[in-house]
Amino acid sequence: MGTVVFFIFAILSIAAAWGVVTSKNIMHSALYLALSFLGVAVLYILMNADYLAAVQLLIYTGGIAIMVLFAIMLTLRGEVSESNPENSIWGWGALISTLLFITIAFVVLTNADWRILPTPWTSGGSATDISLLLLTKFMVPFEAAAVLLTVAIVGAVILAKGVKESK
Amino acid sequence: MNLSNLSNLSVGLSTYLLVGAMLFCLGLYGVFAKKNMIAILMSIELMLNAVNINFVAFNRFLWNQKVDVHYILTGHVAALFVIIVAAAEVAVGLALVIAVYRNRQSTNVDELNWLKW
Amino acid sequence: MFKEMHDLFQWAWLIPALPFLSFLLIAFVTKRSKGLSSTISILAILTSLGLAIAIAYAIIQAGAEIVEHPAIVNVNWLNILGLKINFGTIIDPLSAMMLFVVTLVASMVQIYSLGYMHGDKGWSRYYAYQSLFASSMLGMVLATNLLQLFIFWELVGLCSYLLIGFWYFKVSAREAAKKAFMTTRVGDFGLLLGMLFLYTKFGTLDFAELAAVLSTTIQNVAVVGTVGYVTVMAFLVFMGPLGKSGQFPLHVWLPDAMEGPTPVSALIHAATMVVAGVYLVARMYFLFDASPAALQFIGGIGAFTAIFAASIAIAQNDIKRILAYSTLSQLGYMMFALGVGSLTGSMFHLFTHAFFKALMFLGAGSVIHALHEKQNIWDMGGLLKKMPITGWTFGIGVLAISGIPPFAGFFSKDELLANALHNGHPIIYAVGLFTAFLTAFYMCRLFFVAFMGPEKAENHPHESPWSMTIPLIILAFFSVVGGWAALPEHNFAFFIHYLPSGHEFEREAIDWGLAGISVLAGLLGIGLAYIIYIKKIISAESIVARFPMAHKVLKNKYYVDELYLWIIHNVMDGLGKVLYWFDIYIVDGIINGIALATRGSGKTLRRTSTGQVQTYAMVFFFAVVVIFMVFVFGEGQLTALNPLATLGGVK
Repeated sequence: MGTVVFFIFAILSIAAAWGVVTSKNIMHSALYLALSFLGVAVLYILMNADYLAAVQLLIYTGGIAIMVLFAIMLTLRGEVSESNPENSIWGWGALISTLLFITIAFVVLTNADWRILPTPWTSGGSATDISLLLLTKFMVPFEAAAVLLTVAIVGAVILAKGVKESK
Repeated sequence: MNLSNLSNLSVGLSTYLLVGAMLFCLGLYGVFAKKNMIAILMSIELMLNAVNINFVAFNRFLWNQKVDVHYILTGHVAALFVIIVAAAEVAVGLALVIAVYRNRQSTNVDELNWLKW
Repeated sequence: MFKEMHDLFQWAWLIPALPFLSFLLIAFVTKRSKGLSSTISILAILTSLGLAIAIAYAIIQAGAEIVEHPAIVNVNWLNILGLKINFGTIIDPLSAMMLFVVTLVASMVQIYSLGYMHGDKGWSRYYAYQSLFASSMLGMVLATNLLQLFIFWELVGLCSYLLIGFWYFKVSAREAAKKAFMTTRVGDFGLLLGMLFLYTKFGTLDFAELAAVLSTTIQNVAVVGTVGYVTVMAFLVFMGPLGKSGQFPLHVWLPDAMEGPTPVSALIHAATMVVAGVYLVARMYFLFDASPAALQFIGGIGAFTAIFAASIAIAQNDIKRILAYSTLSQLGYMMFALGVGSLTGSMFHLFTHAFFKALMFLGAGSVIHALHEKQNIWDMGGLLKKMPITGWTFGIGVLAISGIPPFAGFFSKDELLANALHNGHPIIYAVGLFTAFLTAFYMCRLFFVAFMGPEKAENHPHESPWSMTIPLIILAFFSVVGGWAALPEHNFAFFIHYLPSGHEFEREAIDWGLAGISVLAGLLGIGLAYIIYIKKIISAESIVARFPMAHKVLKNKYYVDELYLWIIHNVMDGLGKVLYWFDIYIVDGIINGIALATRGSGKTLRRTSTGQVQTYAMVFFFAVVVIFMVFVFGEGQLTALNPLATLGGVK
């Protein structure tokens, strides 16, 4: 059962990612992106990362994908069906990506000793467990992340608003 | 096809890593090959997602579930922070895109070439 | 007594110093005043003559002692790490003899010039150069080491250049001066190389020290093929005398040097400067003795030069040219005497030759002066009547050079021919004998044509003034008695000889048999000239008609000058053109090519700055991918690292 679900959603994620980078229509790309995020969230659930799946859905699909959509709509010019073209060096990009993938696949598949746990997980990954960690062991990064977010908000507002002409 | 045989296919660490690798490489291709600034940002998000999958997969398969009271969820925490940073980055990045668009009326990366010879 | 003499030898440095002082004075102070210039110059040289006579007397008094232990005074001039040069004076019989000869001839010439150069615009300049020359030549004779000798050698060459081109408004004089300098420079280059070789090998250039080093048995280790290094050194050092003393093939400058004033020819190109090469070989004889190959070479070149120059002389018509070729021939004699091992014969011939050759040149100058610059002997005739002193002294010179006893040339020529035969060089002896015949012939030809026979109507000769005839008389006196230095118990050979270490000096008696043969050769030459030019039994024209080709070749000096010009024009200029092409296209091409390459590569590489971040990122990632792939798929040290660790993973 788990295997079937995994394969469905893994293939979904990958196909959606394929759609993101190959689509000529940028609206389609954005929607494919949201779909990919969804697939990844399900993969998280399969790996017992429940809280993380929720966060993924909330923030990535619910926030980032929407923001991207808004930005697209604000900066659209010309025909939407041609708004996401490839540039002149796409061949090289494809080559490099393929090479990289082959290399990583080779390494992953030929590794003899992954030291995988003999007994699989059954629980953990809930909000309680993560929050325990966040507030004790990873306290400082947590607070720093908060600061980061604040700064990001302020920065984004300033950048998007523009500099006012002095009268 | 006998569906019950499918459950014999073990979905191990390698599979998850391969999925992550594929997402990463697709995102990489997008970074190199796209003209639209927002498309590049989207590809970067794909890459970050792939990294997250890796983190969580390693955590799930290589680390003991529980040590004393706490669970070992370092990978999850890392992925969480990646998401946070990704969110901040997208916000700022899109703000930049809009600022550039306001200035040059285009989201074409090819036009940002003031460092050209 | 030797103690007093030793004190005298300490002052030997005055001998070159006084003429040098006179040169400075004339050049900077008394240039305007003609009278003062000549006075200072003549006073200086006469003082040096007096000192030289005193030293010669002291040498004769000192006897055998001075032969064994010459009086050397050295002052350290330069002392840096690895280079130690001294300046000094050496008084031994050889240098004393040279001092006497040089100062005597120089003073005679300077007195003679009072008459000859009368009215010349460059009077002060002339005497300045004469003083400089005298001081350089004397300095060279007194040199204790090769470097000092070389410095004065070059100075002497400079003076020769200045004096040959004295009448610089004449193109021929300028060209002759350049030719002299260039030709001797070729030889000096070899000498300098030889000096460097000697210094690097032995660490010293001092004559005494080198003699000590070379007298021990050195292994003549092969340095070039089978030729030992001592032989190479000897050959290189001999290059200097080859040029300076006008041996074949660097003889070409001497006849042209006759463009200078006749007193200059007498002093520099007859008696003193050209014998500098012979003197150098004599001083460095220990080096040549260590290399039999070099001695053979010297002997051969000397003999060849002797007969070569004599053969040219019989077909020349200019009085000074005949005398110049005669000088070349006699220098050949001196050189081959050294080559066959007769240092005594060579030096004795140098001694006597200086007197009679200077005498004849001054006599020729007297004739030229009287006939208002006519130099062709066929324009002269019957001068004996109108110019008795000149004529008779010239006759004495002719007899001396022909080797007729009791004149000076007989003793010296006999000595060296006898040594040639006794040391086992019959071919060289035969060549020398035949050349003696030729010498007598052409000198008498000159005398008979110029001084005897009918007078030419357009000539109005008159005897020269006392300033010119007195030196002639004095030199004639020495041409007569000079040879008698071979007669006493402590004769010339006693004082000046070369002994390899471990030998005792033995006095050789004169071989009267061989002497008779050489006198016979001389008389034959005189007789032949008498028959052709006085009695006119055989006419000269008929001989020329019978051998037109031979006569043409001899008259044109075997076309050696033309050959050299051809070499220079074709070989050197051709080489120059090739090198010029090389410089323009290859050397400049390389430099320009480098510049073009830089520019081109800059032009190409700037295209990598596209300004597009995507391109940059791709290149960067490409490198990362390549490195990953090297780690993963490659073999070797680098990839011993776990690829997983590179990609991140295992704990």
